[in-house]
Amino acid sequence: MFGHHSWEITEQYLQQLEAAEPRLRSFITVVADEARSQAAELDRKIASEGGEGLGALAGVPMGVKDSICTKGMQTTAAAKVLAGYVPSHDATAVARLKAAGAVLVGKTNLDAFAMGSSTESSDYQVTCNPWDTERVPGGSSGGSAAAVAGRQCAASLGSDTGGSIRQPAHFCGVVGVKPTYGRVSRYGLIAYGSSLDCIGPLATSVEDAAIVLNAISGSDEHDATSSQHAVPDFAAGLQPVECFASRPLSGKRIGVIQETMGKGVSAGVTDAVKRAMRHLEDLGAELQEVSLPTYDLGLPAYYVIATSEASSNLSRYDGVRYGIREQGDGDLREMYERTRKAGLNGEVKRRILMGTYALSAGYYDAYYKRAQQVRTLVRSEMNRALEQCDALLSPVAPTPAYKIGEVADDPLQMYKGDLMTINVNLAGLPAIAFPCGFDTVTAAHKLPVGLQLIGRAFGEADIIQMAHVFEQTADFAYGVPSV
Amino acid sequence: MQLEGWTIALIALAGGAVLAALIAAVTLFVVNRRRSRRFERSVSSEVAFEAVIGIETHVQLNTRTKAFCRCRNEYGASPNSHVCPVCLAHPGTLPMVNEEIVRKGVLAGLALGCQITRQSKFDRKQYFYADLPKGYQISQYDVPLCTGGHLDVALPDGSQKRIGITRAHLEEDAGKTTYTGKGRLSGSEYSLVDYNRAGVPLLEIVSEPDLRSGVEAAAYGAELRRIMCFIGVSDGNMQEGSMRCDVNVSVRPKGSPTLGTRAEIKNMNSFSAMQKAIEFEINRQVALIRDGRGHEIVMETRLWDEQKLITYTMRKKEGLADYRYFPEPDLPALSLSEEYISEVEASMPELPAAKRRRYADMGLPAADCLVLADELPVADYFDAVLVGGAPAKPAANWVMGDVMAHCKEAKIPMDKLPLRPQTLADMVKLIEDGTISGKIGKQVLPDLLEGKGSEGVKKFCESKGLVQINDPVKLLAIVDEVLAANPKQLEQYRAGKTKLQGFFVGQVMKASKGTANPAGLNKALMQRLNESS
Repeated sequence: MFGHHSWEITEQYLQQLEAAEPRLRSFITVVADEARSQAAELDRKIASEGGEGLGALAGVPMGVKDSICTKGMQTTAAAKVLAGYVPSHDATAVARLKAAGAVLVGKTNLDAFAMGSSTESSDYQVTCNPWDTERVPGGSSGGSAAAVAGRQCAASLGSDTGGSIRQPAHFCGVVGVKPTYGRVSRYGLIAYGSSLDCIGPLATSVEDAAIVLNAISGSDEHDATSSQHAVPDFAAGLQPVECFASRPLSGKRIGVIQETMGKGVSAGVTDAVKRAMRHLEDLGAELQEVSLPTYDLGLPAYYVIATSEASSNLSRYDGVRYGIREQGDGDLREMYERTRKAGLNGEVKRRILMGTYALSAGYYDAYYKRAQQVRTLVRSEMNRALEQCDALLSPVAPTPAYKIGEVADDPLQMYKGDLMTINVNLAGLPAIAFPCGFDTVTAAHKLPVGLQLIGRAFGEADIIQMAHVFEQTADFAYGVPSV
Repeated sequence: MQLEGWTIALIALAGGAVLAALIAAVTLFVVNRRRSRRFERSVSSEVAFEAVIGIETHVQLNTRTKAFCRCRNEYGASPNSHVCPVCLAHPGTLPMVNEEIVRKGVLAGLALGCQITRQSKFDRKQYFYADLPKGYQISQYDVPLCTGGHLDVALPDGSQKRIGITRAHLEEDAGKTTYTGKGRLSGSEYSLVDYNRAGVPLLEIVSEPDLRSGVEAAAYGAELRRIMCFIGVSDGNMQEGSMRCDVNVSVRPKGSPTLGTRAEIKNMNSFSAMQKAIEFEINRQVALIRDGRGHEIVMETRLWDEQKLITYTMRKKEGLADYRYFPEPDLPALSLSEEYISEVEASMPELPAAKRRRYADMGLPAADCLVLADELPVADYFDAVLVGGAPAKPAANWVMGDVMAHCKEAKIPMDKLPLRPQTLADMVKLIEDGTISGKIGKQVLPDLLEGKGSEGVKKFCESKGLVQINDPVKLLAIVDEVLAANPKQLEQYRAGKTKLQGFFVGQVMKASKGTANPAGLNKALMQRLNESS
């Protein structure tokens, strides 16, 4: 903004947005006119009142995942059943973005109801990865990640239930933060798995992500699960590289989760992650092996808990009050059946069925209750490891971005891709995914690889700090896709 | 990295759930049939039957706002005027617990002698219906707020019975559906839903199956209603649905340890309707068993028809409904401190039973105690009259008599009566100390009921010339006047015609226009008459 008018910045992003959109299809809704007038309004305000009291995001063009409610702006969660739905309320995170002066440019694509890992399960469009448009951007916040990577907006909001911010950040070579559960209000986030869902930022740099996180964090009188925990300034202390000590991460102990390294991880990801680990050691960090024996139990536990909650959360899409309605022949039940048959896609139905089954009488103990017990185990094991380490390290996903259609028909393969991110949600911990290099082994195309650092509960500032030091010193890890 | 087998099993088995549910339903049906057949063998007309009755009562809490959002909790507003994104279950919205529902729930639990759960939680009860916006009701399943209480019920024959309270838990009400056409779902062309009631807080109070007759059930309901009103957690208005009873009725041969098949009865909007419905249902079930048709008693929900005075089948329960309860992830566990519970307990108003006891201790007859402690506004009014200094029995007579009759006729609740309790107390005191007669009281009461007499009852009576004359000098003056006007009769009296005393009494009363203290006047008259002149 320094020296630039807000309208110029917005205009620049909007032009890139419009230029790239035919190839990326990151957005379900674009509100270019509103963004322009908002930017112009900001310029008038600065001209008349000066720059005093401007929010931290004044004039920053941002995208918001379409599962996050925006007042007066269509919000669909990429599901047909919500086609044309215009909320009368802003999500708390959106209201806080607006209060900080952000300029909303549109609503980004996702897997319908955030159920998916590739954004192919959107009922509207398939989003392409800016690094290789034949590949998926990841998911479910695929639109938010692609839009940031493709420089269609400066930053965006995503949501993360089992890795939905971190995995697309990894696929698209951007930074994504999944905050501690309760750090950011869920009010206005269309619920998938309520006990796991988190809103978080995606941005091109760690510092940008930290600034956005600052704006949206903090307790909320509309969300009983939001935390009263004090919110530090996540961007404070993120110094420029010139100010770094020679070994800026010295004294930091980072535990490498053994269960995520090796078998099942692609050579390209392993290679990039190992290189990043060496770089962290060069920065002074002390890396140690950590074993979490319950790690593999997280995936099935996650799919029981998330789908159980989803089966309940999605009951409200019945055609009665909003969204599409498919009229039956006078019978309420028939209206429900037709509406839900038409409005919910195959993946969504699969998850509703799984969750309904897991909560049914006679099966509850074997599935839901047992999954909760597993969750407790996973959580205490991770917390124990974090008593020894300042952060835990793992890849974000076993592979870099795969091709569109490659995994879409194999739900189990798709679910397995979430293995490295899911336990963080079960434990409610914060984690950051940031670019750590490129797959130089397999890819014909240059494909980014991300690294995941998992922090202690409400310890976002620590992992943000470490990721920032890495970012500022690892030029090899960064690049901009040409879209 | 190994994927646990049960995720795969889960996907494969999802379709099998339907089959499992079918099997469960069929099994349950067979069990029910067997159970009822047992009766058919053992029944003769000699066998005496007893009913086993349990009641689930939904009490609407009279909070200012709804249970989980800030919409007004108000009956009778125009349809869909008290709604917001939260209670309409718009995407992304979340519930927040209204502190007032917890306080009122705890207060009610304590009033029923329940244990208050220190670590309670909310659960989702799931079913689809158009008036249930979220597709689930936020309720409490396995850890209710209140458990294990009791209610002492005074029966019409003067005896008392203790009814166990199994549990009481918080939940939200659903909206209200209106069907066009035939008044029910099948055959109606469309239905209208009013969501004003959606999210209104309820306390569901479940009794033990300790009740044995319609009379007992009605007495239980009335006492429960009284308690909820007296402690100020509900208006208890059955016509408006603020208190709704679902009654489970079964019958068995007297002395049998096993339970018969029960039917649930709904749709009774008064306790007398509840009593009649239960009596009808008991007779229906006994008659079926005596007739060798015991198997026709099935688990079902029946509705009471107030016109035809019968119960009829609403829906058969084919197996137990699976509500797929699970803990509400949007609300943290409800954690109550000892301090909080003691604080709520300290705010407990006097309960109806304690009130009745207190009135009885003042020497009031049992019938008076029941009437005065039946409705809170009456009890409050009566208590205020007592505080105003009126003695109990005359105060009770005035409140239960003329005042109550006036309220009924003018259709004003006693707490809205223009006659202040202090004014009534003053009037009663004036009668008691002889300043005015009871007759004068009756004369001035209509004015006082309309709020007149703010200058003080005594002054008001005086201004109307209605104060009783007690002063002996003034009384003698009246007597003298009368005697002076009737010299002939006086002469005759003094000559021994003492029968004329009655004449003189009539004359002086007439002359005093009814304001003289009768005893005092008589005394003055006799004094003058018997003076030797």
